[in-house]
Amino acid sequence: MKRKTFSASMLLLALTLVLVACGGGSKSNTDGTNSTASGDEGSKASSGEKVTIKMMHLWPDGSNSAQNKLVKQIIGEYEQANPNVKIDTEVLENEQYKNKIKVLSASNSLPDVGFTWAAGFLEPYVKGNMFAPLDDLLQGDLKDKFVSGTTEAYAVDGKTYALPVELNIVPVYYNKEIFAKYNLKTPQTYEEFKNIIKTLNDNKVTPIALGSKDAWTGSFWYMYLADRIGGPDVQDQAVASNTFSDPNLIQAAKEAQELVKSNAFVKGFNGLSNDEAKSEFMNEKAAMYAMGTWEVPNYTTNPDIPQEFKDKIGFFKFPAYDGGKGNINDWVGGVGVGLFVSENSKVKEDAKKFVSFFVKRWGELSVTDAGIIPGTKVDTSSVKLPQMFIDVLNELNNANKVILYLDVQMKPVASEEHHNLIQALLGNAVTPEEFAKKQEDVLKAGK
Amino acid sequence: MDKVMSHKGIIALYVLPSLLLILAIIYFPILLTGYYGLMKWDGVSSMSFIGLENYAALMKDGAFWNSVYHSFLFALLSTLSLAVYMLVALVLAGNIKGAGLLRKIYLIPMLLSSVAIAQLWLKIYHPTNGILNSFLVSIGVEDPPAWLSDPKLVLAALFIPILWQYAGFYILIYYAALKNIPASLVEAARIDGANPWQIALGIKLPLISEVVKVTIVLAVVGSLKYFDLIYVMTDGGPNGSSEVMASYMYHKAFRGFDFGYGSAIGFFLLIICMVATWGIRKATASKDTIQYS
Repeated sequence: MKRKTFSASMLLLALTLVLVACGGGSKSNTDGTNSTASGDEGSKASSGEKVTIKMMHLWPDGSNSAQNKLVKQIIGEYEQANPNVKIDTEVLENEQYKNKIKVLSASNSLPDVGFTWAAGFLEPYVKGNMFAPLDDLLQGDLKDKFVSGTTEAYAVDGKTYALPVELNIVPVYYNKEIFAKYNLKTPQTYEEFKNIIKTLNDNKVTPIALGSKDAWTGSFWYMYLADRIGGPDVQDQAVASNTFSDPNLIQAAKEAQELVKSNAFVKGFNGLSNDEAKSEFMNEKAAMYAMGTWEVPNYTTNPDIPQEFKDKIGFFKFPAYDGGKGNINDWVGGVGVGLFVSENSKVKEDAKKFVSFFVKRWGELSVTDAGIIPGTKVDTSSVKLPQMFIDVLNELNNANKVILYLDVQMKPVASEEHHNLIQALLGNAVTPEEFAKKQEDVLKAGK
Repeated sequence: MDKVMSHKGIIALYVLPSLLLILAIIYFPILLTGYYGLMKWDGVSSMSFIGLENYAALMKDGAFWNSVYHSFLFALLSTLSLAVYMLVALVLAGNIKGAGLLRKIYLIPMLLSSVAIAQLWLKIYHPTNGILNSFLVSIGVEDPPAWLSDPKLVLAALFIPILWQYAGFYILIYYAALKNIPASLVEAARIDGANPWQIALGIKLPLISEVVKVTIVLAVVGSLKYFDLIYVMTDGGPNGSSEVMASYMYHKAFRGFDFGYGSAIGFFLLIICMVATWGIRKATASKDTIQYS
């Protein structure tokens, strides 16, 4: 009996060792393919080899169905035209996407093609040699395709590392029905705007939906106040010179707190996520909502939303501040996500070809199909668009300046602190002076 | 079988795979974290050695100590709540009617993932549509608080789901331990005229004191490194008023791109947990184990 157990356990052990050995073997196999791949320059698909390009994007079917479908369509077209190429997609929701891309880059396993944000987000990846420069595409295939000034947001030291597929500005959307019910007109001046808030509050309607648990949404309101009070350059200069002591910036912080005191925002806004706040607006419980033009499809083309609701929604420009230096045609906004190609991709050339195709096709289709303003130039005369889109595109044409989101302009640590400070400011936990002081301190730290 | 187990070489061979796994997956990364803590590293580009600078900055970081305070507050409250769990377990183990069903009901939150629990409680706490505030309004409260956005209330509001989440786990542990007490001891005490309180405090509690010590360590260490529910429900906000050590580490590393600093926080957290465990063991150590037989 003892003998039997002994041999049984030895057999088990032997099997385990075999398994371990197999594991090791397959590993060395993959290493082998790696080395051949890195030695191979240029496109592999054109030489008849089967190629798989891994792509990650941030438009899940549920929350961004239009973008999701469009991506699928473009991939389908590309695969049909290039039968040797297969494109694998992985889809994650915005915040999760951001986190995953950081984890993947730390372990040096970024997808071949993916999306990145501009400026502050992009910089560490470029410094870490994670993204491939795409200037050859911009000089060749994609020359003069982009709206001027859009690709610069992805440039570091003169090289461009991503190609924009989105250009957004932040209008204030409002519910026309609620406005009509209380006899309100879209505001031209800040005084009118404050009166609207008062009227709505008197009638027990939440004036503004805001979910500043996701603090960047609160930052929009601060940025508009800072622009209308201090003029179009005050924020860019603040970040560029690492100072935040301009009295106009402090004045803007004061006005933001005044807004909170006047009950302008939905109750408990600092504890609500953007999605929760959005549903307040979509359920017509709040009259206004400031959000990027990526929301416009929800008010125009998205088939999942009843037409009845869409017809009620309009937008207005953030009103002018009496005595302020801002222009009513200044917009908070900027390029959204852009496509990058991983520097360490084994199929870099194929990935670049795909990116080039994607950007061109996206530019042709995105406004009409998904309601996204692309980074590429749109010929408005040749496309049929819902009215709100034409309005937004016209506003873009007339724009005095598009001020890039403050949190995007800042470096990561400063940006994170900006989010905290916005929550603190709106939650009345700091004075406007402390807000400016702390923001300056963290800008000065240079991280 | 004895023959196999008496052979030292074979024992070593059998232990080796899991030992290697533990070393590679747990101990090595711990050392690595300590090492990264000495670096200036944004997580993407190459790192540079800066010695103890991160740790020095940590000592002076008010926001960090704020999160330490919150973590210890949670640890204290979790430990105190063990008494409540014990009370429930004593009642359940006392052969009351429907004890089996109740035990299962208490265990259900354990089966849910933290994220599901967080989503559930987010709905409960919603400032306008949540059932809690709807209830408060219906009984005539004029202006019910916005639970998760009020810096003064947010910690308390977060603690309730945590209390609820772990109830089943600790009750189950206590219940099992109480069921292990020989019925003859309880019987004897009852014959001697002891009331249920005396039995509980004089006989049952001392007999399961080892289990209680273990649960105290679990509760304290678990609270010190608590993360998931807070991350989903408030993300440490508003403005850091519900930030705990683990969420602060996450924010520094993943939002602020400062993996060196994040690693330093992580390593410090490990040390705090070890010291806490050691301290609790020391404080609750008793010379001889209690036996009544």
